Amino acid sequence: MSAATVYVPRDASALSIGAGEVATAIAKESSARGIELKLVRNGSRGAFWLEPLVEVVVQTQRIAYGPVTVADVPSLFAADFLNGGAHPLCLGPTDAIPWFATQQRLTFARVGIVDPASVADYVAHGGYQGLRRALSMAPEAIVQGVLDSGLRGRGGAAFPTGIKWKTVLEQKTQQKYITCNADEGDSGTFSDRMLMEGDPLCLVEGMTIAGLAVGATQGYIYLRAEYPHAYRALNTAIAAAYQARYLGSDVLGSGKRFDLEVRLGAGAYVCGEETSMLESLEGKRGEVRVRPPLPAIKGLFGQPTIVNNVMTFASVPIILHQGAEFYKNFGMGRSRGTLPLQLAGNIKRGGLVERAFGVSLRELLYDYGGGSATGRPIRAVQVGGPLGAYIPASQFDVLIDYEALTNIGALLGHGGIVVFDDTVDMARMARYAMEFCAVESCGKCTPCRIGSTRGVEVIDRIVGGVESERNLQLLESLCETMLQGSLCGLGGMTPFPVQSAIKYFREDFRARTPPLKQAG
Amino acid sequence: MPPNESDTVRRLVEDMKDRPGPLIEILHSVQAALGYVPPDAVPILAEALNLSRAEVHGVVTFYHFFRDTPPGRHTVSLCRAEACQSMGADELAEHAKGRLGVDFHETTKDGTFSLEPVFCLGNCACSPAAMIDGRLYGRLTPDRFDALITERQSKTSGPKQ
Ligand SMILES: Cc1cc2nc3c(=O)[nH]c(=O)nc-3n(C[C@H](O)[C@H](O)[C@H](O)COP(=O)(O)O)c2cc1C
Ligand code: SF4
Ligand code: FES
Repeated sequence: MSAATVYVPRDASALSIGAGEVATAIAKESSARGIELKLVRNGSRGAFWLEPLVEVVVQTQRIAYGPVTVADVPSLFAADFLNGGAHPLCLGPTDAIPWFATQQRLTFARVGIVDPASVADYVAHGGYQGLRRALSMAPEAIVQGVLDSGLRGRGGAAFPTGIKWKTVLEQKTQQKYITCNADEGDSGTFSDRMLMEGDPLCLVEGMTIAGLAVGATQGYIYLRAEYPHAYRALNTAIAAAYQARYLGSDVLGSGKRFDLEVRLGAGAYVCGEETSMLESLEGKRGEVRVRPPLPAIKGLFGQPTIVNNVMTFASVPIILHQGAEFYKNFGMGRSRGTLPLQLAGNIKRGGLVERAFGVSLRELLYDYGGGSATGRPIRAVQVGGPLGAYIPASQFDVLIDYEALTNIGALLGHGGIVVFDDTVDMARMARYAMEFCAVESCGKCTPCRIGSTRGVEVIDRIVGGVESERNLQLLESLCETMLQGSLCGLGGMTPFPVQSAIKYFREDFRARTPPLKQAG
Repeated sequence: MPPNESDTVRRLVEDMKDRPGPLIEILHSVQAALGYVPPDAVPILAEALNLSRAEVHGVVTFYHFFRDTPPGRHTVSLCRAEACQSMGADELAEHAKGRLGVDFHETTKDGTFSLEPVFCLGNCACSPAAMIDGRLYGRLTPDRFDALITERQSKTSGPKQ
C-alpha cells in the first residue's frame, strides 16, 4: 500500500491555534508507529471554527477531522484515521460538510486543496489554464474578456477592472507596471492573506495575464509587513514559477517576459490607498497623490500602472479559463461573479465564505456564522473594514451587493464582516474610528489630521457628560467637514462608522461613569 | 551607533541601492539585521542614496513598523482592531500592560519584552490575536497570554512556527 496522504494547514490562522503542533505530533506518532505518510501543508479551507482541520485522502475522497489538538493525535491513529476510521472528531467527507457544500468557490477553488508550493499540483487542479488561453489571444481580447465578465475591483472601490486595464493598454509607453495591492489593511478581512498562503500561484497567474493584456513586463506585489507567512508562501511560489518557466524572460515558451517581485509595506494603513501604495513602492512616504493623473496613466515611477487587489487578480484566471459568460452568470445587478466574504469577530463559525453576490447578510451571520460566539444577541456588524458603516439588526436582510449596501448607507468594501454582540459600546467604537484615523492619517488634509483628533475629544466630552447634546451636534458637523474636505477615503469615510453609530445606536452617546478610556 | 552597526548599514545600502525605489527595502534589511533603524543610519542612507537627511528621516518616521530604538528580546504585538475588540482585545491589552509592566511602545526594564499595538493581523476569525516575534496567536485569553510570556522568560527565544 502506498503512503497515506495527510493534510495539515500551514495557514497563519490555523497555525495561530495549534496546526503546527498538530502537524509535528502527527509526524512523530507516525514514525513511532512505523507508518509511512505524506504530510502536505496546505492552506486553510477557511472554516476556522474547525481548525486545526486535518484531512486524509481515502481512495479519492478527503475525509476531515477537526478541530484536532495535539492530545487527540494518538487516538486518531488508534482509530485508523489514515483510512477514514470512525472517531468523535470525524466530520466525514470535507466537501459534504454543509458549510462548504453550499459555497460557490471560484476564486477559492483551490485554497486548502492544493500544496501551495507546488506548480505541478496547481496545474493538476486547473491552474495555468487561463494563462494558456491568454497566450493565444490578442491583448485587446484579453481586456475585453475581463470587461465582459463584469469583474469589479475587490479592494473596496468596486471600479470595473476591464476599464482600468483598457486605459493602461491604450498608453503608448515602453514601460508599464502591474502592481498588486496586498496591503489588506481592513480589520476583519483575511481573504487576500488566505489566498496568498493557500494558492499563491493563482495570484501569480492573474498578474501574469494582466501583464500580457496591457504589455507590462514587471509586476510588484505590495504586501503588508504584518503578513510574514504570506511573504514566505509568495516567495516560495514565485521561485517555483520561475523554475517551471511560468515567470521570467520566456513565459511558457511564448517569448514574452514577465517578472514578479514582492515588496513589503511597513505598517501604514493609508498605504492601501492606491496612490499612497505607489509612493511607498517607490520608497517614499506614503502620502496620497492628487488625481488626476490616474495611476493607469501615470502610476509607478510615472509610468502607466495597473493597481488591483489580490482578489481581483485572483479572479482573472478563471475568467480567462471558463470565459466571461461563465463568471458573469454568478451574481446580481451590477455585482457580477462571487465574493469571498470573511466572517470575523464575535461569531461562532468564523471564516471564509465565498458566494455569488446576492446572498443576504442574515444568511451569512446565522446560517454560516451560527450567531455570536458568546451566544448573546448580535447587536451590530461592521461591513467593509474600519471605514465601513455599522449595520443594526433591523437591516440584516440586506443583500451582499455593492448597490444594495450603498442604498442603506453602508459599503461592502473588501467583504469583511465584523460581528459585535449586545455588550458592545457604540460610542467607544465611534471613538476608536476617530482614533484610528488620527493615528493613520497621512497628514495631508487638515479635516482628516486635525478633525479626527477633535472627534476623539468631542466623543470623550459627550460620554463625560460635558454638554452632551451640544457636543453631539458638534460631532455631526465635524463628520460633515471630514466628508467634504478629505482627499482620500481615510478622512473621507471615517465618518461612516461614526455617523452610523450615532444614527442607529444613539442611546450609547450619553454621559456615563467611568468615562471612556483609550483602548490602548 | 557602534562601528559594527554602521558597517552593516553601509554594506546593506551598497548591496541594494541600485534597485528601483530602494529606501524602504533597505530600511527593512537594516531593521532585520539590527532590530531597529539607528538615528545615525539616516545620514549614511541619505548620502548613499543621494537624498536629503530630512527625506530619509521623513520616510523612517512615516511608517509605524520602523523603530529608532533597539527592541526588547521579544516583540509582543497585540491587535487592537475591531474584530479583536469584539472578543475582548481591550481587556487583554490592559492585562498585558499589567503583566509586563509597560505601556504600548515601551520595553520592559530588563529588556526582555517590547509591547506594540498592531491594527489587524488577518487573524480576525480567531480573535483576539497577537504576534510574538513573527509567530501568530489566536483566541487569546489572559491565562494563555501569561503562559506565552512565562515560556519566553525562561528561554531566550520562542519556538519556531
Ligand atoms: C484608506 C484606504 C485604504 C485602502 N486599503 C486598501 C487595501 O488594503 N487593499 C486594497 O486592495 N485596496 C485598498 N484601498 C482601495 C485602493 O485605493 C484601490 O481602490 C484598489 O487597490 C484598486 O484595486 P481594485 O480595483 O482591484 O479594487 C484603500 C483605499 C483607501 C482610501
Ligand atoms: S484624507 Fe487623510 S489620509 Fe487621506 S490624503 Fe487626506 S490626510 Fe491623507
Ligand atoms: S482585527 Fe485583530 S486580527 Fe484582524
